[in-house]
Amino acid sequence: MPLLEIDKDKCIGCGGCVDACPLGALSLVDDLAVVNDKCTACGACLLACPVHALNLPQARPLEATVNLAAYSGVWVWMEQFHGRTGNISIEMLGQGRKLADRRKVALTACVLGHNVEHITKEAISFGADRVFWVDDESLSAYTTAPYAGTLISLIRQYKPEIFLLGASARGRDLAGSVASVLYTGLTADCTGLDIDPENGLLLQTRPAFGGNIMATIICANHRPQMATVRYRVFEMPVADSQHQGQVIPIKAAIMADQITVHVIDSILEKDEINLADARIIVSGGRGVGGPSGFDTIRKLAEVLGGAVGSSRQAVDAGWISYAHQIGQTGRTVRPDLYIACGISGQIQHLAGMKTSKVIVAINKDPDAPIFNIANYGIVGDLFQIVPSLTEQFKNKLHK
Amino acid sequence: MNIVVCIKQVPGIADVKINPETNTLIREGVSSIINPFDMYAIEEGLRIKEKLGGKVTVISLGPPQAINALKEAVGMGADEAIQLSDRAFAGSDSWATAYTLALAIKKLGEFDIILCGRQAIDGDTGQVGPGIASQLGITQLTYVFKIIKLEPEINAITVERLLEEGREIVAARLPALLSVVKDINQPRATTLFHIRRAAQLQIPTWTAADLPGVDLFKLGLKGSPTQVIKIFSPPKRVGVLDLIQADSVEQSAAILSDKIIAEKIL
Repeated sequence: MPLLEIDKDKCIGCGGCVDACPLGALSLVDDLAVVNDKCTACGACLLACPVHALNLPQARPLEATVNLAAYSGVWVWMEQFHGRTGNISIEMLGQGRKLADRRKVALTACVLGHNVEHITKEAISFGADRVFWVDDESLSAYTTAPYAGTLISLIRQYKPEIFLLGASARGRDLAGSVASVLYTGLTADCTGLDIDPENGLLLQTRPAFGGNIMATIICANHRPQMATVRYRVFEMPVADSQHQGQVIPIKAAIMADQITVHVIDSILEKDEINLADARIIVSGGRGVGGPSGFDTIRKLAEVLGGAVGSSRQAVDAGWISYAHQIGQTGRTVRPDLYIACGISGQIQHLAGMKTSKVIVAINKDPDAPIFNIANYGIVGDLFQIVPSLTEQFKNKLHK
Repeated sequence: MNIVVCIKQVPGIADVKINPETNTLIREGVSSIINPFDMYAIEEGLRIKEKLGGKVTVISLGPPQAINALKEAVGMGADEAIQLSDRAFAGSDSWATAYTLALAIKKLGEFDIILCGRQAIDGDTGQVGPGIASQLGITQLTYVFKIIKLEPEINAITVERLLEEGREIVAARLPALLSVVKDINQPRATTLFHIRRAAQLQIPTWTAADLPGVDLFKLGLKGSPTQVIKIFSPPKRVGVLDLIQADSVEQSAAILSDKIIAEKIL
């Protein structure tokens, strides 16, 4: 039985909720809204109702499960790979600084790894007031249990009110484990973070249903308020070598039986830029025609210093590996420049790239939906246009 | 091998069309499908069983009609199915969903591998898998791209994971929860033989009362630490298409390159 309550006296049968429901759970019967069992209580219909006839019971516990006042401060997990800090962590330090200032609390960076002391200094230069530095051989390559165990004990001891992690493969792996053990709220893949001026809660905004709706989420009665944050949502802060912070070395307390996973090998993508992090992406789709067609795409990406993406069709046809797929069942990206070559722009592809700053579409079909969201477009044969564009950029950018 | 596969029924977004006048989604008659990533999880479970023997149990938390997703999985070859459906579960966030599924998996008894899709295409969180693993206190392996070696006799598994920088090969101890990405396999279609079996199979529905040791305050909306306070449409892209039309390809490319350079993003 669905949770949604419909006040039949208030309902005017406008159908606004029927259109707003992403699940097809609402319909009009005799000019009144009716809900069926497809309803998952997602709340998408509530705002669509002009007469407030819809209601979801707010059956929340009246009292918090923890002493909320004991929790203070904003924390950021510094993701590193082979000793290099991920840009996403630095972006979060920038936003974390703003949130901490708004809450008038300290910003803490958590640096876990082996031989990563340089990251403690980096974190301070990007705004951290305090750094927890945990150095242990068992932390040299990321695996879930030792990282989660270390962070959980730090959180239990020092009680942050907000804890941010990157929405990377590692960040999502780690956050889900930590939040589960602590019984606290975790909002995944946020694209907006703010503080509610009235109650000081973290307002976490994220896309759902392939980016077709946005939801703002709070965690009122559990701590810390945890969120993972998408790549390239927040601006990179400028390093300030004068900024002062305290480094607190912490001894790792990892039991041998906690280590159930061993990294045997890492196979890095050769000559490729990390798609999730890329400022510029050149993508190919069905119009590329085959594996060798991607050479044309790669040349343009190379000249622009960008990464190579693809649509699902090109991956399914075996022209390029899945690691390059952008869209609903691939990666979500938001580069400054996205050049779509021979990509028609199906809704699943758009879900993965429609928040790019500037979108350029090159397609021979003038009716391709990609043109509906593009800033610039050329209708024509990509095998003529892309090489010519590559030449132009070569001459103009690399004189 | 006892294999449990967690699946979710989601709106079939592939069916969604855009209304060209209002630029909104046309949702009428949207069908429900098995979350696409979960199809790879089912397939991987069936392949493990075919190689090493054992049993594949599919489990789903959702409204009553999610039973169709379970029937489809049985139609592909899964041996057993359990539905979790109760008004007490409604409105669960990723924490409460993981808690409920973990209790149900415990009730199922011994297991070696739990498989999940990377994430569901409606919620997109990817957090339920890690949540289940830590509730059960077992190894978690997310974003699995390939199972390289599976040695149940020594409780060992070696997999390849897909990360942003490339791939990673890890060896781990069983039992383990694996969340799988697309491309790990090619999911099979249902077969007539298995569809017939699915039609006859009694799929039990478990409610909160069927879960041993359940804390009712940790279920559904009231047990969920997160709360949605606002839903809105994403901001529309600003600006209109600047369609470049020139006499020759070279001219078009020259104009386009100038305009991109003028955006000052290179």
